[in-house]
Amino acid sequence: MIGKLFVALTGLCCLTIVALVAAILGDIAYFGWERLSLQFLMTSPEQGMAEGGIFPAIFGTFFLVLLMTIAVIPLGVMTAIYLHEYAPRNSFLVRWIRLAIENLAGVPAIVFGLFGLGFFIEFVGRGMDRVFLNGQLTFGQPAIIWAALTLALLTLPTVVVATEEALRAIPASHREVAYSLGATRLQMVRWVVLPQAIGGILTGGILAISRGAGEVAPILFTGAAYFLPYLPKKLNDQFMELGYHIYVLATQSPDVEKTKPILYSTVFVLLALTFALNFTAIWVRSRFRRKLRMAK
Amino acid sequence: MKNTEVVPVETSGPEGPPRALPVSGRGRSRRRIVERVIEGCIRGSAYSAIIGLFLIFVFIGKESLPIFTSAQVRQEANISKLFLPQEQLHPYSWQPVSEIPKYSILPLFMGTLKVTFVAILFAIPLALGAALFTSEFSPDWLREFIKPVIELLAGIPSVVLGFFALMVMASHVQELFGIVYRLNAINAGIALGLAVIPIVYTVADDALTAVPKSYREASIAMGASSWQTAWRVVFPAALPGVLAACVLGFGRAIGETMIVLMASGNAPIMSWALAKPVRSLPATIAAELGEVVVGSAHYHVLFFIGISLFIFTFVLNMFAHWFVTRLQKRVLGMT
Repeated sequence: MIGKLFVALTGLCCLTIVALVAAILGDIAYFGWERLSLQFLMTSPEQGMAEGGIFPAIFGTFFLVLLMTIAVIPLGVMTAIYLHEYAPRNSFLVRWIRLAIENLAGVPAIVFGLFGLGFFIEFVGRGMDRVFLNGQLTFGQPAIIWAALTLALLTLPTVVVATEEALRAIPASHREVAYSLGATRLQMVRWVVLPQAIGGILTGGILAISRGAGEVAPILFTGAAYFLPYLPKKLNDQFMELGYHIYVLATQSPDVEKTKPILYSTVFVLLALTFALNFTAIWVRSRFRRKLRMAK
Repeated sequence: MKNTEVVPVETSGPEGPPRALPVSGRGRSRRRIVERVIEGCIRGSAYSAIIGLFLIFVFIGKESLPIFTSAQVRQEANISKLFLPQEQLHPYSWQPVSEIPKYSILPLFMGTLKVTFVAILFAIPLALGAALFTSEFSPDWLREFIKPVIELLAGIPSVVLGFFALMVMASHVQELFGIVYRLNAINAGIALGLAVIPIVYTVADDALTAVPKSYREASIAMGASSWQTAWRVVFPAALPGVLAACVLGFGRAIGETMIVLMASGNAPIMSWALAKPVRSLPATIAAELGEVVVGSAHYHVLFFIGISLFIFTFVLNMFAHWFVTRLQKRVLGMT
């Protein structure tokens, strides 16, 4: 009797979680779908956000995560390669690096925002202005490049963990064969490890993008703008972003009821974007896992 | 456990691989230089996480130092003004933009605790119950359904959860609990709990499934039922991992910004009542740093809050790491 009750109780926990997820997604899908149109995706906001579309926010988000990916993928992949292919197993240094990655993953997003402001803008940006531009204010202010670099640091653990998982799945015999043919370690990494790990790297990259596209706290002070009449073109431009746009529409709109349909549709677009990325990541991962298993 | 089946035979030992066969003179030396440079890059980037953490600590710490060192800043905000009661009528108040700025962070601290408390109370039982169900009782097909749903929840950006709590959930919560204020600690706490559930679930599920099958078999063979096995054998064996899950969930709840910023009402009130609006530490940074003058006392106080959050979550992560190491030792040591 107690046993059945206990099992039922834990089952109920699952049911509650599933129901909550269904309620959230259902609500957003239902109300977000209504106003969605190609025109909404392709035009700029008008009349204080109460009309028009969200094209600049979509464009800004893509530009932002593109810059972020360019920064984080090489760094994360090289870190993983060092940890798994170069460093002596379980050395002191490796344990410290792993601990640092674990900790980095747990740092609150808002702390990254503070860091972006204090380090990238006030220190690096101001420093660049002073040294190269005679103090003319160019890089020492919020900009898309600083927001992207802040997000790159935030998503670094995601890329490292996914890449390492892929490296671990490669059979040791493949590496030995490369060595036996006279390859150096780097040649082995380049021609044996990397081609097989590409699935894991892709997975990590996609997960990082999905995470980066949804984070708002780190970009609040590092470059996101409420409204811009132009699209960002240079690295030191400010930008509009989907998540920040949602925050602004939801909290600073003068007429909540009027902007509500736009708000819902924006949420729908962001959610669709992140889920599409996540599903792609899961699909890529399962495909490459199957391939590796067959190779074994 | 996965990596124990692939035991590498000296592929990455400290002595390195055999040398490449010599190629003709000049090409070889150039290639070795290129190789050296690339390997240098690989070695260098390995330090990126450590350097990143270090820079975060140094640069946020640097901006909060004037609270202790600069006489001008200390006049407005110092440690005693941040933590100790100031005047008779309102001993603790956070009013950074009033004529005489007041920087008592205790109301913010209290707000964070209140919201976190509700989130933990809501999320941990649900997540642990769900983890027990999927790892011990559910058939495989159901497990394969529930896990992706929780991954889906983890994939929802926090600003979307904040939006949902603000626009939809708030009215329902208000009605359900009969609260005067639409945005309050309960509403924000439940929304925050939604962000905590996936972390607690994932870590706890990993811990429970890491418990060796032999434990369960032995327990069943002794005549215990499946729930007795789950509750008296598997759960205690996985306890360090479960604790790690709770600690990580707690850390996530303390540091989460956007959900609390949007769903809590943002009033810095000194009260333990859960039904009143609250303002948390991270939400305060998010709401105020944008408008603050760089270098003012207010600016430095916000960075001080930031470094406190950083150190606190850092310590929590170390605890979680320690718990997980203990679990690994326990589970691996006994098999």
